[in-house]
Amino acid sequence: MAALINVPAKGRRGDVIEIRTLTSHIMETGFRHTADGAPVPRDIITSFTCRYNGAEIFRADLFPAIAANPYLSFFTVAKESGKFEFEWTGDNGYSSSASASITVE
Amino acid sequence: MKAPMTRRNAVLGITVAATSLAVPSILRAQSAGRVVVIGGGFGGAACARALKRAQANLQVILIEPNAIFTSCPFSNAVIAGLREIDAQQFGYDRLRAEGVTVIGQAVTTIEPQLRSVITADGVALPYDRLVLSPGIDFHFEALPGYDDAASEKMPHAWKAGAQTLLLRRQLEAMPDGGTVAIAIPANPSRCPPAPYERASLIAHYLKTKKPRSKVLILDAKDNFSQQRLFEKAWKELYGDMIERIGLSQGGRVTSVDPATRTIVTEFGNYTPDVANVIPPQRAGRIAEVAGAADATGWCPINPVTFESKLVRNIHVIGDACLGGGIPKSASAAGAQGKACAAAIVNLLAGRAPETPRLTGICYNIVAPGYGFSLAGNYQPKGDIFAEVEGGATSPVDAPRELRAREATEAEHWFQTITADTFG
Repeated sequence: MAALINVPAKGRRGDVIEIRTLTSHIMETGFRHTADGAPVPRDIITSFTCRYNGAEIFRADLFPAIAANPYLSFFTVAKESGKFEFEWTGDNGYSSSASASITVE
Repeated sequence: MKAPMTRRNAVLGITVAATSLAVPSILRAQSAGRVVVIGGGFGGAACARALKRAQANLQVILIEPNAIFTSCPFSNAVIAGLREIDAQQFGYDRLRAEGVTVIGQAVTTIEPQLRSVITADGVALPYDRLVLSPGIDFHFEALPGYDDAASEKMPHAWKAGAQTLLLRRQLEAMPDGGTVAIAIPANPSRCPPAPYERASLIAHYLKTKKPRSKVLILDAKDNFSQQRLFEKAWKELYGDMIERIGLSQGGRVTSVDPATRTIVTEFGNYTPDVANVIPPQRAGRIAEVAGAADATGWCPINPVTFESKLVRNIHVIGDACLGGGIPKSASAAGAQGKACAAAIVNLLAGRAPETPRLTGICYNIVAPGYGFSLAGNYQPKGDIFAEVEGGATSPVDAPRELRAREATEAEHWFQTITADTFG
C-alpha cells in the first residue's frame, strides 16, 4: 500500500486546514529478539517532512516507540493553490513520497 | 412523576413501595434480604433467577422496561433473512413463576447512600444489594453526525429489535449491484466478532439474491477475533465479495452524514447503498446514573464479587463491566450473572465469596451450515479477569463436516442459553 493522504481539495485563503498522512511501515524497534534469541534489527522511519509549494512547513523525527503504520495529522494555513509534498525516510535507506493538491480561493 | 426527586420524597417513596409491592408474605417472612436487578438481558435475567433459586427467602426484584426481550445472538441471521425475529424474543413469565418480582419500568434515579432505586413512575425500591446489567449504550459524541435520528437512516442494528428489521428491509430494498457498508468501532464493544459474522451473513444474502453486490467493511481495528477463520471462510464462500479496509488502510470512521448517507473515514468518503453504522459504545445509561462508570464509559469491578469499585453495594455484570479478558458476550453475561448471584448470597449471609471461574463461548455462523467457535475460561487475576487454560478456538483448517457440526451446536447453544435464562 502506498501512503494515504488527506488534504482538503479546496479551501479559502486563511483557512486553517488539517492534513492527515498514514504510511505502511513495520516500525521494528530493534529491541525485540526472535524465538532463538537473535536480535531483530531496527527498521523504522526516522523522518517525515511536508513541503507546501516547495517550502517546508512541517517536520517530525520518529523513534522506535512509534507504532507500525505511522499516522500523522497536523494543521497549516491555506495560503495559495498548489502542491503539498510528503516524504518519509528511514533505516536501510528507506524513502517514500507522496503529494496532494489544493485549490485556494 | 414529573416533580424533581429530592432525598425527602425518595424516603417517602420507600414507605410507599414497602406497602404497595405485591409481595407482603415475603416481607413478613424472614427475608434473607432484598436484591434489585436492573436490566433483563442475558446477564440480569440469569442473575435474578440464580439468586431466587439459591435462596428462596431472598426478595429478588428485576426491573426491565421492555416486556419482551430480543436476543442479539442469532439476530444477524434475521438481518440476512434466514430467521424470523419471533425466534429471538423471550418474556419474563417463567421468572415471575419462580418468585422473581418483575417490574416493567425504567429506572430514573439511584441513591447509593439510601440504597434505593427510583423508577420512572416515582416508586422507590430499597435494596441490600443492587445489580446493574444495563448492557451498552452508544457513545454518540465519539461519532459526529450519528444519533438516534441518524440510526433510522443508517441503522446500527446493535441492539436487536426494530433496528434489526430496519437493516433487513434496507437490504431487501437495495438493487442488485449495490454496496453494503459496515462501519465497525474499536474495542471495547459488544460481541467483538459479531460485525464479521454480520458481514458474512449479509454476503450470503447478497450472493443468493443480489450477486453483483458488495460488502465493504470500514474497520477501526487492524486485527479482530477469529480473523483467520473468517478470512478463510470469506474466500471460500464469497470470493472477493467482502472487502475490508482496516485501521492502517484508513478504515476508521470519523463522522457520518445521514442526509447523504455518507460515511467519512480519516482518508476518504463513502456513500454506500446501505450503511450499517455500528457506533462506539459505553456502558448502558443507568451505570452512569449510579455513578458506577469511570472515564472510559465502562464500569470497573472487583472480579470476585462484581461489586463496583466506585459505588458500594452495587454490582455490575455483562457488557457494562470492565471484565478484562472476558469478551462482551451473552454467554459471558449469563456466567457473570450466576457468579454474581452466588457472591451476593454469600455476602448477605456474612460468608466470604468464592472465587468464580467463568466460561464463555461464542459461535459464529458465516453461512447456513458453516460455523466455528471460540471458548474461553476466565478467572480473577488481580483487578481483572484473565483467560486461563482450557480455552479453544476451532481449527483454521478443518473439513466442512466440522463447520456443519459447529453450526448445529450453535443452534443448540442458543436453545440452551435462552431456556436456561428465560424458559
